[in-house]
Amino acid sequence: MVAPHFSALNRRRFMSLAAIGGSAAALAACGGGSSPRDTLAPTAAPSGDGGKAGYDGPAVKLAFWNGFTGGDGPMMKKLVDQFSSEHENIAVTMTTMQWADYYAKLPTAVTAGKGPDIGIMHVDSVATNAARNVIQPLDDVAKALDLKESDFAPVPWKAGIYADKRYSIPLDVHPLGFYYNKDVMEKAGLDPEKPPTTNDEYLAALEELKKAGVQGHWATPFPFTGSMTIQSLIWQFGGQLFDEAGTKVLWAEEPGVTALTWYADLIKKGYSPAKVAQDADYIAFKNGENAFNWNGIWQVNDLKQTKINWGVAALPNIGGTKAAWAGSHQFVLPVQKTPDDNKAVASRVFINWISEQSLAWAEAGQVPARNSVRESAEFKALKEQAELATQIDDLHFPPTIPGIGDCFAEFEKAFNAVLLSGTDPAKALEDSAKRAQKILEDNAKKYNR
Amino acid sequence: MAATLKGRASRRSGSPLTPYLFLTPYLAIFVTFVVIPAVFGIWISLHDWDYMLDSQIFLGLRNYADLLDETSLPYPEFWNGMKNTLIFTVASVPFLIVIPLLLAMLLNVRFPGRTFFRAMFFAPYVLGVAVIGLMWRYLLDGNFGIINSIFRTDIQWTTDQPWAWVALVGVTVWWTMGFNAIIYLAGLGDIPAEQYEAAALDGAGWWNKFVYVTLPGLRPVLIFIMITTILASANMFGQSYIITNGGPTESTKTAIMTITELGLRRYQMGAAAAESYVLAAFLALVSIANFWLLRDREAAKERRELKAERREIDETRRAGASA
Repeated sequence: MVAPHFSALNRRRFMSLAAIGGSAAALAACGGGSSPRDTLAPTAAPSGDGGKAGYDGPAVKLAFWNGFTGGDGPMMKKLVDQFSSEHENIAVTMTTMQWADYYAKLPTAVTAGKGPDIGIMHVDSVATNAARNVIQPLDDVAKALDLKESDFAPVPWKAGIYADKRYSIPLDVHPLGFYYNKDVMEKAGLDPEKPPTTNDEYLAALEELKKAGVQGHWATPFPFTGSMTIQSLIWQFGGQLFDEAGTKVLWAEEPGVTALTWYADLIKKGYSPAKVAQDADYIAFKNGENAFNWNGIWQVNDLKQTKINWGVAALPNIGGTKAAWAGSHQFVLPVQKTPDDNKAVASRVFINWISEQSLAWAEAGQVPARNSVRESAEFKALKEQAELATQIDDLHFPPTIPGIGDCFAEFEKAFNAVLLSGTDPAKALEDSAKRAQKILEDNAKKYNR
Repeated sequence: MAATLKGRASRRSGSPLTPYLFLTPYLAIFVTFVVIPAVFGIWISLHDWDYMLDSQIFLGLRNYADLLDETSLPYPEFWNGMKNTLIFTVASVPFLIVIPLLLAMLLNVRFPGRTFFRAMFFAPYVLGVAVIGLMWRYLLDGNFGIINSIFRTDIQWTTDQPWAWVALVGVTVWWTMGFNAIIYLAGLGDIPAEQYEAAALDGAGWWNKFVYVTLPGLRPVLIFIMITTILASANMFGQSYIITNGGPTESTKTAIMTITELGLRRYQMGAAAAESYVLAAFLALVSIANFWLLRDREAAKERRELKAERREIDETRRAGASA
């Protein structure tokens, strides 16, 4: 579990790499002779309208890969089908796989000239893939869509830019939210319509729950969603994971230690069982065995299918500053070994079209990236999504520098060691920050060679 | 001597190249998918290699030197992986050798439904690691798993040590014992019944029959099982990847897992290739040691004696001729 690639059903993604055996031969077989920049022909420069004028060439078939394996998958499929029926000469085939699989497969497919025409990437993967020549610039699409920075949350917007070129078009934003089980709260004598919003209220509520025999907030030692929870806490306590430029690892500073200590104390204070198994925190929430769960907006549709009586709100402000973790899905165009002008135009028409359907996409359990859609009455009618969208100004995204996922692996190891092996939070964070700092420097060298 | 060789050759019809022709398809595949990648891998291991980047930076032996340098980034991860691999191998191999042997001897006895039981014990092996991994992850779940519920225990099988190792070894034994048992069964079938009869006539009990007939009869099978089982355990990946996620705290992250992560997630192909070769070297050493330890000392001694005898006969003949 390395790169923080977040999706609706991340808990399933652990399977995806199981098929990869890592023998010397297998690794060696991955190596191509020369770099793709030498072998790949320069990308066709399409007409320059970025797909705005539509496509009237011969019939083309487009391949669209993504990792929407959760409730968001069928929703995207519906959009794709609608697009195909509205565009007679463009047939889009959507292939869905586990995100981890997808990220591992895409570079290889691109090198072999078998990459898809269109892809989706998380905000923190765009720079890595741009640096590794997996995806191509699409400034023309941004221009055609009349995308302006002012219409987007800053980070998902800036995430698409690498080395002064735009490589991705933001589709959505998916923040972390605070899910609460109303029935369990009521049983413990808490007001289910007034979920706690501050540290005092939160700890008081957990104490009440404890008296009622409920361990209220299970502290998972796994990246999902422990990593996002602790990251949110660090920002709330006034800290940062990296500096602005993405050159320094800062999570071992005092706010980081405070945040991780707060999280680990959930166990010490008896609000969480020790050594929680993978996904058990969320399963327990769905079973009514705990009351609170900090999880992604993508769980909205999953929870709607359960019989529990639940609500979702912005994260409580534990540390003093409002903050929440968020990710973002972005459209990308993978590099083509043999560029096809018709396909290049048709792909842009597709992205252009889907990008304008972001309200339909919001129903899949996402916050639209565009301010205009987010502020529309139709979006506000989506109760849960709109509630989580209130956090938009307090959201923090992973930095958008190549190879940042490598650093998060170290962060994940640190809190895992604290929660499962009883390592002192300050020491665990310091050790991991030191290693992450080295990785950061190595990657800076690697991607600037 | 020369005459007999010639005679044999003439009895063979067709070109002397024929056998090589038959070997070609295999050789082609072997060269393409094993030899070339393996040699190419050595080349990769001498670089800071990312096949998607413009240039590969030649590092010489630095990727290897890093594995000996405590302060380097890959050092702690790699040796932690090697240590975990060793723990798993040492913990699982004895069970994987002994339990299937007992099982095979049991299934070798004639009783009604024997074929059914043979199939039953082999069945888990048919399943892929993803299937058994996922299944056992849910069964072993410390908070909701049915295992805890059945045995009325409160053990965190996947997030606490030593339980994580107990779980991984247990699952692996359950999963693969059928395969080893089938091979033992084939070996048992090859031991002539007369040997047991003769042993019985000499007054051997079941234990003596086991030690003096069964075990020696199984020697080639045993060597095969030892080597394949040790290699399989040393290459363990899927079980800990799926069931424990390499945890708790990297304690079940095997060498292969570390290498995969480094090469395919962090795109450090050069460093990962170097680690692969170090692992491969260790495994080669273990396999050689295995052969050497299990070699048939008696048979080797007999062969040597036979040779010496022949030499003596030759010498006496020559002496006779010259006289």
